[in-house]
Amino acid sequence: MFYLMMLPALLVLLLNNYIPMFGIIIAFKNINYADGILASPWSGFENFKYLFMTSDAWIITRNTLLYNTGFIILNLIFPLAFALMLNEIKNRFLAKLHQTIMFLPYFLSMVVISYLVFAFLSDSNGFFNKSLLPMLGLEKVNWYFTKEVWPYILPFVNTWKSMGYYTVIYMAAIIGIDEEYYEAATIDGASKLKQMFSITIPLIMPIITIMTLLQVGRIFNADFGLFFQVPRESGVLFPVTNVIDTYVYRTFLTVGDIGLSSAAGLLQSVVGFALVFLSNWVVRRINKDNALF
Amino acid sequence: MAASEISTAASNPKNVLPKSASIGVHIFFIIYSLLCIIPLLLVVMVSITDESAIVREGYSFLPSAFSTEAYEFLFKDPTSIVRAYGVSILVTVLGTCCSLIIMALYAYPISRPDFPHAKFFTFFVFFTMLFNGGLVPWYLVYVQVLDVKNTLIALIMPLIVAAFFVLIIRTFFQTTIPSAVLESAKIDGAGEMTIFFKIVLPLSLPVMATVALFQTLTYWNDWFLSLVFITKEANISIQYLMYKTMLNIQYLANNSTAAAAIRAQGGEFRFPSESVRMAMVIVGIGPIIFAYPFFQKYFVKGLTVGAVKG
Repeated sequence: MFYLMMLPALLVLLLNNYIPMFGIIIAFKNINYADGILASPWSGFENFKYLFMTSDAWIITRNTLLYNTGFIILNLIFPLAFALMLNEIKNRFLAKLHQTIMFLPYFLSMVVISYLVFAFLSDSNGFFNKSLLPMLGLEKVNWYFTKEVWPYILPFVNTWKSMGYYTVIYMAAIIGIDEEYYEAATIDGASKLKQMFSITIPLIMPIITIMTLLQVGRIFNADFGLFFQVPRESGVLFPVTNVIDTYVYRTFLTVGDIGLSSAAGLLQSVVGFALVFLSNWVVRRINKDNALF
Repeated sequence: MAASEISTAASNPKNVLPKSASIGVHIFFIIYSLLCIIPLLLVVMVSITDESAIVREGYSFLPSAFSTEAYEFLFKDPTSIVRAYGVSILVTVLGTCCSLIIMALYAYPISRPDFPHAKFFTFFVFFTMLFNGGLVPWYLVYVQVLDVKNTLIALIMPLIVAAFFVLIIRTFFQTTIPSAVLESAKIDGAGEMTIFFKIVLPLSLPVMATVALFQTLTYWNDWFLSLVFITKEANISIQYLMYKTMLNIQYLANNSTAAAAIRAQGGEFRFPSESVRMAMVIVGIGPIIFAYPFFQKYFVKGLTVGAVKG
């Protein structure tokens, strides 16, 4: 009976997750549709060699790692600071109102976010070019053709979108802290700042570690929506917006190069897999209770 | 749980911020809250701006001329929007329901200590969080093996089983449902199915509600599956329609019967493209804006429902 209950999910897992795992052999083959996947000739590491001969391999790896590292740091510092500050707002209605509003961007799809960004950055009609910059007496900027600004725009958008989520998580952890710690600290005359760094942060360290670890394990997986939708596929921006996920998508479904695309995809999976284990191992060394598995 | 309420960790009346710092914190959060609302406000304003005012002043918070032309245009021939809404609602409702029942049915056996292979099957689902085959083989399974391109199945199936939620549900079953209750039901001769539907599910409403909200949001906001699998007009969801409108505003015009009629007579079809584009977003995010405060409340509760350590 147990097996019957599990059957539907097992089927989905097999089709959606496990059969594609065996599909990684595609990366080692020279696929042609006449022979089909299994009968196509093996090509060894040919696809990988091609991948590393392109300049793209370096660019997409660098972009993915740098952006994600930035995102992890921003997703740690800002939401933590926000949660600590929000916790000091004694008016419960106001605190809740701020939290609710801050959560709004998290519920919007990337398509919508790209519209919101476009409303500000549009070259011809955007609020920045038509209202803000002229008001400040500055030159117009062709945002979607200017590479230099996107390494700031994308982290901003990402942090803006996920702020509510992480703040709420840290907030919930802070609320769970026993009141007595703070009472004792007040009697000892500890300042607010001292309390934050000596009581609050150490006590919510487990949740901070887990949230960061979850992100570090996925450092090789970029947020496809962010990098695909928000820069509106502007080719000029690819050097700073192309990440592994968008590269795999474009080489496969736009260009149609199965070999290159699956080689990049496989590299991403394998390195990502190793990173999850590595980061978990590091945490396990520091504190066993904080490890994920 | 207390977590859903913002109480102050330090409610000690003596332990408060100095007045000036407190004011600073308030001002800071007011500014940040504005930062979250202002982009939406801009889109709303553009959608009700007169097209000629947009040409003159660009997107502005305080346009010189208002017009409801954009909405009138959208609702004059709402076929594509209504159809997209229909697809989105159908996929969201069907997907969330299937997803909940299928995940719970999987989570129940692996939550039972007397199921001999619980460990293996837990790992079986957990492993999908660690490793995947990548986009290419995954795509080929759906398109060549299952042959579901352009169908709703392709929009529903990939998101049905999320390992993370299966583990959350399992942990909830393990920690909240007393094994004594299950034992006594078994002694009374109830089968596993009966126990699951009559006892386990009704006791698990909190976790099921949380997962349901998450899945609803995931399905409603999904556009990636449409991007990959949908090439025909029929099964375009509202998110994908917004995406297509973003790329090419003419897309909406091309699909309007009014435009076709005018073109058939050799005329050029004109419409307020800039404001229509933004009106399209407002129509598209409408439901989320109304549902989200409610979502947010349960989401916060859900965070405390169960850890996933396995």
